[in-house]
This record gives sequence, C-alpha cells and structure tokens, in this order.
Amino acid sequence: MSGDSETEPWPLWEVFVRARRGLSHVHVGSVHAVDAQMALHNARDLYTRRSEGESLWVVPSTAVVASEPSDKQSLFEPADSKAYRHPTFYTVPDGVKGM
Amino acid sequence: MEAHPEYLLRIGDTALVLAQQLSKWVGDAPTLEEELAMANISLDLLGQATLTLDLAAMRLDNDRFADADALAFQRDANEYRNALLAERPNGDFAQTMVRQFLYAAFAKLQWGTLIESSDAELSGIAEKAVKEVTYHLQHTASWVIRLGAGTAESKRRSEHAINELWPFVGELFSVDEVDRDAAENDVAPPAESLRNEWLSIVDEVFTQASLETPTLDIYMQSGGKTGHHTEALGFILAEMQFLQRAYPKAVW
Repeated sequence: MSGDSETEPWPLWEVFVRARRGLSHVHVGSVHAVDAQMALHNARDLYTRRSEGESLWVVPSTAVVASEPSDKQSLFEPADSKAYRHPTFYTVPDGVKGM
Repeated sequence: MEAHPEYLLRIGDTALVLAQQLSKWVGDAPTLEEELAMANISLDLLGQATLTLDLAAMRLDNDRFADADALAFQRDANEYRNALLAERPNGDFAQTMVRQFLYAAFAKLQWGTLIESSDAELSGIAEKAVKEVTYHLQHTASWVIRLGAGTAESKRRSEHAINELWPFVGELFSVDEVDRDAAENDVAPPAESLRNEWLSIVDEVFTQASLETPTLDIYMQSGGKTGHHTEALGFILAEMQFLQRAYPKAVW
C-alpha cells in the first residue's frame, strides 16, 4: 500500500452492546476506525453478527480512565467487611420489576 | 401472480456472483474490520441468492435443477442471468466499493418495489433483503465518500473505478419481454422506472465524494440478463463450481 501519506494506525474504540432484553450496555471488545461513524459500522459488523444486541455504544479508548491495579487494595477491599451496607434485610415486594 | 423463473434467475444470479466476488477479499482486505464487513455483505447476498434461486428451481420444474445449489453449481456461463456489472473484476478496493455501491443503490430500490409484488414469496424475500441492502448502501456509500474526497491517490482510483464500471449500469434498467411480463402481472414495475431515483442517490454520494457523475447517455453494455457474458464470468464460475463438479454433493 504505497502512497504519498504516512499510514498511521487508526484510533482504537471500545465497543459496548446492550442485549435485546438487557438493561445496560456491556463491554464486548474493541475496533479500529478513523472516526465515530466508521467505528459504529465496524462495531456492528464485528460484534452484532449473532444477534448479540440492539444498541451499540462506541467510545474512543483514550476516553476510558481506568483504576490502577496497584490501588486495588485501598479502593476495594475496605468494602468487603461491611455487611451493614448490603440490603439483605429488605424483602422486595411482589410485582416490583428490575431488582 | 407468480414471477417467471427467468425473472428470479436475474435477481438471484446477480446476488450470487457478487457474493462470490466479495468472498475473494477474505484474507486480503485492508483491515480486519473491513474484512468482516465485506464477508457479512457477501453472506447477506448469498442468502438472498439462495432464497431466490430456491424459488426459481421450484418453479422451473426441471430435473436438472432441484434447488439453489444445483442452479449455482450445474449451470455454465451461458445459462447464468446476472447483470454484467456483477462480473466486473474486483480490481482494487475502490473498484470493489464503487461496484458494490452502484449495485446496492439499485438493489435497495428494486427490493423496495418487490415488497409490494403480487408474488407473495418474492415479496417475503424482499422484506428481508431490503433491510440488508439498506446497510450495504450505507457502508459502501460511506467508503465512496471517504475514497473520493480522500487523498489524491484514492480519488484517482475512485475516478478510474467509475469510468470502468459506468458502461455497465445501463443494463440494470433495461426492459425486455421478461420485464414487461413481470410488470403486466404486477410482479414488479419495470426497472426503467427506478433509473431517476437511482441516479439521484448516486449523484448525491458522488457530490459528497467530490466525484463527477458521468452521463447515462452513453452506449451501455448488455447481454448478461440473456446469458451473453464477458469472459470474466467463466473464471468466476470455474472457481466457484470446481469443487462441486469434482466431488458432487460434497458437504462439510
């Protein structure tokens, strides 16, 4: 593929799909694309071939901010021993959906 | 009213030849994403071909052709009824995308009219096909715009592709006995009636792509719909049919 311009790698986008009966978009993988429209099309072509869902989000990977693995202990372990935070003593009434 | 098998073969064969052509890009596409996209389009077209050719086989009532597979693998080029546009070589990526775009714009309009067909089975196939082709049109139009309005090289290749393929678009709108018969029986309006809308779709995309839309007022190639094909089809069919002819009824 020769040409006058340098070939830069295309930006990476993270793909999220919401299943037909799902409530939230779930991360399924990533695609390379030049812009948002192409990213959406590429995500449709790669990640919805087997009726995985009916709504797509694509987000530039650079927009994703992740927690540091080394902070795991201080960020998440303190919540482990706090039973009083869980709603285990509450009975959900019949007919309440989505819980 | 039932569509005549000849009418069905034209639709099915065009989809089949294009599917076969696109499948040649597998392993060779510019990016992994585009490889999947082209394979998906190819499979969509193969599905449309299978449904249409199965219907044709049923109505042909000919022992040679029990089903779509028999029609696909047992006919030689002079029995194929695809539009010549489908058998034009893949060429480079621009040529493949321009060819697919020109066809997809036509197919979306054609399947759109076939939803209202007096032929119930054909109408059913159309309901499914029109959704697939709508996406094909979006995808290929998007590429035509990127390539046409891209670099000097991509523009040059796009212009070359349009020049190569334009003499073959006229055939899509040609009308003969088979088409008139279909129109009289309310199976489908004559393709001629789709020409203006097709041209405006193409022109809109070409304009966004900074590409010139040639005039339709030129000598157009034809013959595919009556079995008079270019040498390109011979090679396409040889590759497609070899396995089935060497090992009849072989399955995975």
